[in-house]
Amino acid sequence: MDEIKLIEVKEDILSDNDEAARKLRDKLRRDRCFAINLMSSPGAGKTSLLLQTIAALKDEFKIGVIEADIDSMVDAEKIRETGVTAVQLRTGGFCHLDAAMVKTGLEGLGSESFDLVFIENVGNLVCPAEFDTGAIKNAMILSVPEGDDKPLKYPLMFTRADVLLVNKIDMMELSDFDPAALKQRVENLNPGMPTFEISAKTGRGMAPWTDWIRREIKDFA
Amino acid sequence: MHELPVTESILNIILKHAEKNQVSRVVSVTLHIGELSDLENQWVQHYFDYLSKDTPAAGAVLKIERIPITLKCRNCQHTIKIRKEEMGTLSCPECGTEGDFSLVSGREYYIKEMEAM
Repeated sequence: MDEIKLIEVKEDILSDNDEAARKLRDKLRRDRCFAINLMSSPGAGKTSLLLQTIAALKDEFKIGVIEADIDSMVDAEKIRETGVTAVQLRTGGFCHLDAAMVKTGLEGLGSESFDLVFIENVGNLVCPAEFDTGAIKNAMILSVPEGDDKPLKYPLMFTRADVLLVNKIDMMELSDFDPAALKQRVENLNPGMPTFEISAKTGRGMAPWTDWIRREIKDFA
Repeated sequence: MHELPVTESILNIILKHAEKNQVSRVVSVTLHIGELSDLENQWVQHYFDYLSKDTPAAGAVLKIERIPITLKCRNCQHTIKIRKEEMGTLSCPECGTEGDFSLVSGREYYIKEMEAM
């Protein structure tokens, strides 16, 4: 019988995706296209947030949207009604977006002709945290009804985000959500991460978030 | 939850190394997976068995070594190993600074080595 050989592999499992994401980020920088990856649970309000954000920024920036929520054209239709360009990715039940899928979406849009692109990731707090999409920044939305303990259950997601949006603050009175407890938990995982409390439904608190985008785009360009 | 694409990636990498090293059968693969990952060992092996059928890696055993979550206090540089459930709840046991840590390890997704013949 043949002898068993020990072969050193020493490779990152996700190196293909990480490399594809790095290349995509380089291209976005060359195109001066500021792409934000939006991640949240299903129902946290990604689409409503997008609609409000687009309304606030569409006169200043050429905006595109890549929709990935599972095989539904509903979200893309809503976005197109605002007058911005949206492409729907058919993720076929996939639990996350990876860089190759985002590349396809950006090619569908033509990233060189946009200043700002939102990538609406699949609603899920686990898988999207592990796959770099190639976006310039990662934004996470946590809604009040989900509870202030989410950083304890999904720590990786909170370490990956560059900015946190706490949505549905209009529902704060109805719940036992403790903003101070959330703040401390987030601070422990991701010190100094900008956090904005908003209501995408009423529009409350949207200005600091859209100002953050404006500043980031200015620094980026 | 995304064990399938991860497993595909593992298989592609080890088949590449099998070819490079001119081996005909992979016996085992040692992985380093960070404790922060939600990857389930049992499902990775299950998908691996399915995907590796009719390849030199068929029947290989995946040995998954979990890499602990290690945090480093930004104030005093003290490092601590913690469980996932403790993330977001700690202050530094050395200097008492509350929740100002950087992540040293725990996110690994790495193939260390494989045995083959």
